[in-house]
Amino acid sequence: MTDATIAHTGLDHRAPFRAATFGDALRSEWAKLRSLRSTFWALAVTVVLGVGLGAVISAAAAHGYARSSASGKLSWDPTSVSLDGMAIASLAIAVLGVLCISSEYSSGMIRTSLIAVPKRGRLLAAKSLVFAAVTFVAGEVTSFAAFFVGQALISGHAPHAALGDPGVARAVVGTGLLLTALAVLSVATGTLLRHPAAGIAAMIAVLFVLPGIAQALPASWQNPVTEFWPTLAGGQLTTVHHSAHTLQPWPGFGVMCLFVAIVYAFAWTLLDRRDA
Amino acid sequence: MIEAHGLVKRYGATMAVNDLSFSIRPGMVTGFLGPNGAGKTTTMRLILGLDAPTQGSVTVGGRSYRDLPAPMREVGALLDAKAVQGGRRARDHLLCLAHSNGIPRSRVDEVIRIVGLEGVARRRAKGFSLGMSQRLGIASALLGDPAVLIFDEPVNGLDPDGIHWARTLMRTLAAEGRTVLVSSHLMSEMALTADHLLVIGKGRLIADTSMDEFVRSSSQHSVHVRSPQAAELAARCREAGATVQAGSTSPLAAAPVVGTDAGTDPDVIEITEMDSAEVGKLAAAHGITLFELIPVRASLEEAFMELTRDSVEYQATGATR
Repeated sequence: MTDATIAHTGLDHRAPFRAATFGDALRSEWAKLRSLRSTFWALAVTVVLGVGLGAVISAAAAHGYARSSASGKLSWDPTSVSLDGMAIASLAIAVLGVLCISSEYSSGMIRTSLIAVPKRGRLLAAKSLVFAAVTFVAGEVTSFAAFFVGQALISGHAPHAALGDPGVARAVVGTGLLLTALAVLSVATGTLLRHPAAGIAAMIAVLFVLPGIAQALPASWQNPVTEFWPTLAGGQLTTVHHSAHTLQPWPGFGVMCLFVAIVYAFAWTLLDRRDA
Repeated sequence: MIEAHGLVKRYGATMAVNDLSFSIRPGMVTGFLGPNGAGKTTTMRLILGLDAPTQGSVTVGGRSYRDLPAPMREVGALLDAKAVQGGRRARDHLLCLAHSNGIPRSRVDEVIRIVGLEGVARRRAKGFSLGMSQRLGIASALLGDPAVLIFDEPVNGLDPDGIHWARTLMRTLAAEGRTVLVSSHLMSEMALTADHLLVIGKGRLIADTSMDEFVRSSSQHSVHVRSPQAAELAARCREAGATVQAGSTSPLAAAPVVGTDAGTDPDVIEITEMDSAEVGKLAAAHGITLFELIPVRASLEEAFMELTRDSVEYQATGATR
């Protein structure tokens, strides 16, 4: 029925072609991310949780402010309160990041992808870069929205923050940056572990379980953990008020980035060496 | 042109591919044949750089696959039709692949037309039947209009009409001067599609031959004879250098009478290494009466099974309990 259709694509008539580039890989990964419904759901959850939960937490904290202790009032950080919802929103980004590579493994798509882009470092870089860029945009939008909504709810009940206050703009922008670092970490984790469930479990452990366990440790053990555990150290970028035994914002974020770089390097090496 | 030199792939203790060397030439369909587990898919994965060989090398157009500057423009491959993400629409799936090699959007619609998926191009791939998935996989292989095509069991799941279409497509692609490698575990399918055969078993190369040659050399001839003087004829034939077996294994021979076993019929013998004319002359020369004299030719399927008998990985034992 369609036998004749391909006749004109015979070898003699093939158009000259150019080499595939990193830009082509980027376009491909962008098209991949866009063409799955799960992307929209995960990003919608990120925005809704980030802004919605932040609003609820801000309203509750603002109403409790009058009754809080003197030390509680001293450490009052309206910026950080309004951005609290981002911790849960980051879970949606972590899940989506793990899935954007591990679902290729579970479906077998990774083989199709690696036949199309056999330079594996290029595939991973394109995937990470596209997802990081999407997360950066969604993260900044969410964190600015959460900040403004939160401050509007806090004002009148407790001292609120303005973008121009010292450290505030850095904390709001930093929240999107931390989310972006987390996005790269989750793509790398998905690449390392290849199974969606394992990757998501690992990300939950890194984000919530291990920091939670640290809370139960004696102070002499707890302090270095809260100071240097990558996600907690990175979290310093998102607060204005800093408690004892924490790194400064940018060095803290540096620790997070270093951790991401190490995991990424492992993922890159293993992806390159392992049979797909 | 695909060339392998001493290709070895070991997975733990399993030798999946063992010292394979071959070259697959353009302008013809090369059938890649072997029982299940023979190493066909592994070999294709090695060609496509998905797995790294333990030893040896394989190149496409003189380069290893990973070093091809525009892989999809040079090689089109269908390994596993179900290796797509089900949540993506068929056309989007092809578009993602096209982008990765700078292939224009118009070509996506072209290949959708070639494989006849126009009606379902906007449906999500998870709803596809195996046959539709095979067509989608063939479409992705054709995207880059490549000079080399590799298909792993492409007709699995296709209906008779689809099988005929796929066969014609492969022959057309080869006639255009492309290199076409198609794997199958069915000799009967290959007989209709391939010009050249690469047969492997247990990871080793068993045959690398043209289809005609394969048919000529491996079709066993034997002569089925029924005679009241079978014992005497058997003795004369053996003297003349032939091999004689009691009974008949040929399905072409007269069906055994109910209740008797053809293998124990003392009047029936099967003679190999001697053709029917010679048997007839020999019988005439010694005054032996013949009731039946039937030249028996093994089918290609049997020839293939005979060739790969020792290398079948998974063999049923016949008993069902």
